Amino acid sequence: MKGLLVLTALFVAVFGKVTFEGDQVLRITAKDAEQISLLKELPEQTLGLDFWMEPVHESLPVDVHVPFHSLQAVRAFLAYNQIQYNIMIENVQDLLDDEEREMVKSRAFPRSTDDFVYTTYHDLNSIYSFIDMLVAENSMVSKIVIGQSYESRPLNVLKFSTGANRPGLWIDTGIHSREWVTQASGIWFAKKIVTDYGRDPALTDILNKYDIFLEIVTNPDGYAYTHSRDRMWRKTRKPNPGSSCVGVDPNRNWDAGFGGGGSSSNPCTETYRGPSAHSEPEVKAIVDFVKSHGNLKAFVSIHSYSQMLLYPYGYKSTPAKDQAELHALASKAISELQSLYNTSYRYGSIITTIYQASGGTIDWTYDQGIKYSYTFELRDTGRYGFILPANQIIPTAEETWLALMAIMEHTKNNPY
Amino acid sequence: MATGDLVPTHFPARRAAQVALHHLNTHHGSPFRVFGLQRVHTATAEDQVVGTAGRKYSLDFSVTDYGSSGSVLRCSAEVLFPRTETHTHTPPEVHLRCEDLTHISSSPEELAFYQKHTAPHSAISAHDLPDSQGNISQDMQPFWHLARVAASFIMLRESSENTEYNMAQVANLTQQETSEKQLMLKYHVLLHDIVSQEIIHWKLLCSWSPEGGVSVRETEWLPKCPHDTGPPTAH
Repeated sequence: MKGLLVLTALFVAVFGKVTFEGDQVLRITAKDAEQISLLKELPEQTLGLDFWMEPVHESLPVDVHVPFHSLQAVRAFLAYNQIQYNIMIENVQDLLDDEEREMVKSRAFPRSTDDFVYTTYHDLNSIYSFIDMLVAENSMVSKIVIGQSYESRPLNVLKFSTGANRPGLWIDTGIHSREWVTQASGIWFAKKIVTDYGRDPALTDILNKYDIFLEIVTNPDGYAYTHSRDRMWRKTRKPNPGSSCVGVDPNRNWDAGFGGGGSSSNPCTETYRGPSAHSEPEVKAIVDFVKSHGNLKAFVSIHSYSQMLLYPYGYKSTPAKDQAELHALASKAISELQSLYNTSYRYGSIITTIYQASGGTIDWTYDQGIKYSYTFELRDTGRYGFILPANQIIPTAEETWLALMAIMEHTKNNPY
Repeated sequence: MATGDLVPTHFPARRAAQVALHHLNTHHGSPFRVFGLQRVHTATAEDQVVGTAGRKYSLDFSVTDYGSSGSVLRCSAEVLFPRTETHTHTPPEVHLRCEDLTHISSSPEELAFYQKHTAPHSAISAHDLPDSQGNISQDMQPFWHLARVAASFIMLRESSENTEYNMAQVANLTQQETSEKQLMLKYHVLLHDIVSQEIIHWKLLCSWSPEGGVSVRETEWLPKCPHDTGPPTAH
């Protein structure tokens, strides 16, 4: 019913140039039959009222679309007769504008990655379609399925490669599913790489020597859950035996100081480490990939929010062997990032800058010998937090890319 | 935890600064004024043994008003995290000074907003502010800011050296009828603690007027699952 009204209103609005600016929809709760009678007696036509739910009986709500010019009269009437109501829609035009935006977006199923809308958040199926389109459009891009999530979703990694037997650089986004700006940035990075290869000398040189691996949705079960049930879901979706609480924190599940301070043994907490290191298929898949590849030289795992660039360790306060170099490179990467939109980042080791965290991704990759192991926390610093407005996706991705390029360039210029 | 000079960008100084921010917002926040941390300039910590025992942080920092003006203010604060012998949590104590901070003055926007929504039978209700995509309409932003200010009372009270709170989202809000000359609102807010990464649900009842500022009348913690034993500071 509401959909039909919206469609009709939209039709009229577009072709009839009518506006619904300031119109409201009120939900009226009549308390007895007398109030229902009063409502039935309202001069609908004169006031231009449109009942979405007619006054029938005091046990049912009465919903009415009231044009702006009649609002004062209607509210005075309701007040005089002591009829309770609340405002269901504060401004009908706003709702129509939103609906139109949504319809425009969904009408266009992108046929290519040039059509794809980078300025909005996408669901899992759209991202998987994007991945397949990108592969189809670019001979240097292939998709590797490194494993399956707990709920049997494919764990897709994009490989950008211009030649065989190259060392690799790894980027992952979305390991914590509620950090939506990271998956959205991952999509943008993928497109950026294929666009810049052959055009940007720095990126071209990197890709002529290294492969880039990009896992955009590192925790697909969690991501699907943030769309369907709980926007604030962080962990995997694997049930925990003996508990009604679901999920393991994939960034506490790695075999680096596993079980230590800064991770929890309680399945009902957000930092639950899991029953054992690498117990989560999402984590195990990356572990297996890293070990079998054997030649990754940089590893970047991307999170939000807090605006930080962090290097190991999180599980212990002993400085990393390469602390000085990692710190200097972080400083460079951050000033590149800041140069674009003046976004300021903090940087340092995980344990000194944000908190102690054990069983974390980059502690493990660093101890595997991948020297340039970094974690990002993207925008913002808490104003919007996890629900960063979509209009910040591209600026975030653009500035982060500059930092990533600094890290990748340094890796390329300092082979080990 | 370290004492002496602290690295301003690292978490001990930052957590203390965030507590000072919560305090600032409870006193000076409004539907059109909400402060966020811009930068900590310098910070020191010392163990206090005379009077209330605990760790005292001295901070020099800048804040941004992202409610409407976008202005940047320089502030200094002492934040004391009391050390108690029992396991009950004691809220931190804050002493704060900011330059150029005019006391709660009613801007034209505030007055217009106040008049509009305290008019007879104004009955605002909303949910998911911002929504999943981070959208929030212009009309609803003052209600979002107000939630942040009201939530600051809770965040301040619940803070310790081992928490770092922000408000993640407003789950819903409903205007309450009142005979007082106040905008009275019931909120369900989601707080996020960076340290534990938990999302903590609170219900609160708050009032606001341009002259009186924000005051929180009632708060209620909502467990997320049946065996939830309490907010992070209770552990």
